[in-house]
Amino acid sequence: MNTLTLWFHKLGSPPSFYRFAHVLRPWLLTLALIAGVVALYGGLVLAPPDYQQGDAYRIIFIHVPSAWMSLFIYAVMAVAAFVALVWRMKLAEIVAMECAPIGAAFTFITLATGSLWGKPMWGTWWTWDARLTSELVLLFLYLGVLGLFHAFEDPRRGARAAAFLVLIGIINLPIVHYSVEWWNTLHQGTTVRILGPSKIASSMLWPLLLMTLATKLYFGASLLGRASTALLSLERGKGWVQDLARGDTA
Amino acid sequence: MSAFFAMGGYGAYVWPAYALFFLVLAADYLAPMLRRRRYLRDIRARLARRSRSS
Repeated sequence: MNTLTLWFHKLGSPPSFYRFAHVLRPWLLTLALIAGVVALYGGLVLAPPDYQQGDAYRIIFIHVPSAWMSLFIYAVMAVAAFVALVWRMKLAEIVAMECAPIGAAFTFITLATGSLWGKPMWGTWWTWDARLTSELVLLFLYLGVLGLFHAFEDPRRGARAAAFLVLIGIINLPIVHYSVEWWNTLHQGTTVRILGPSKIASSMLWPLLLMTLATKLYFGASLLGRASTALLSLERGKGWVQDLARGDTA
Repeated sequence: MSAFFAMGGYGAYVWPAYALFFLVLAADYLAPMLRRRRYLRDIRARLARRSRSS
């Protein structure tokens, strides 16, 4: 075996994953907090008000990164679900299922902050617009995955059943992403582009991108914490968990 | 400073959005930590019971 597959197998073993998560998690959280604080300073203090939306646009610095995370986490969950179904890897099942509550949290934040932005800008908290509706469907998908997972007595069977739903739900990702182009929506179009110039001033762009980095790092920390907790519960009869419980006085 | 909190008249929308963001993420982060402590406590209690009975 080459080094990469060896590393992959080692990480797939529950005790080494637990140790790895335990070491990496505080670092990811610290970096996320630093990036988040700097991004907030840039977004709330340094960036000028928007010429049309005044200071209300500042919701963008949490709304847009959260919206990107709601899609990104679903993609991560789908990859893990695929691995879980094909190779029946315990850790992949756990990662897929632990992505769902974090994804649901970011989707909820996206909808709620969007609503708080919509009220002063559009004059309504909610409208059945293509972008908003497809994002709401995304929230229901996350909740459906969680519901299906918890409906089974055996968490491993539950995870595999829910993994199917995850794969079916992928269809919603392009719908959310392209909804502002395919339909005439109240929601504004894409501002930040990977290809071609972004339609946003750089003083507003860098806090947005830094906050995006912060949410990615946060997701890593949260996922490691959740996955190691789930692993502990699943393997509570095993020797390594009992050794850990004896040593840990927390 | 009060101008900062007023957010050009949009403070009532901007600040709740930020508060929500931090509260939801804090809950997301802390919930599994608390659950893990409970699991470890349960496992320790079971081990103690087992060693007493044997």
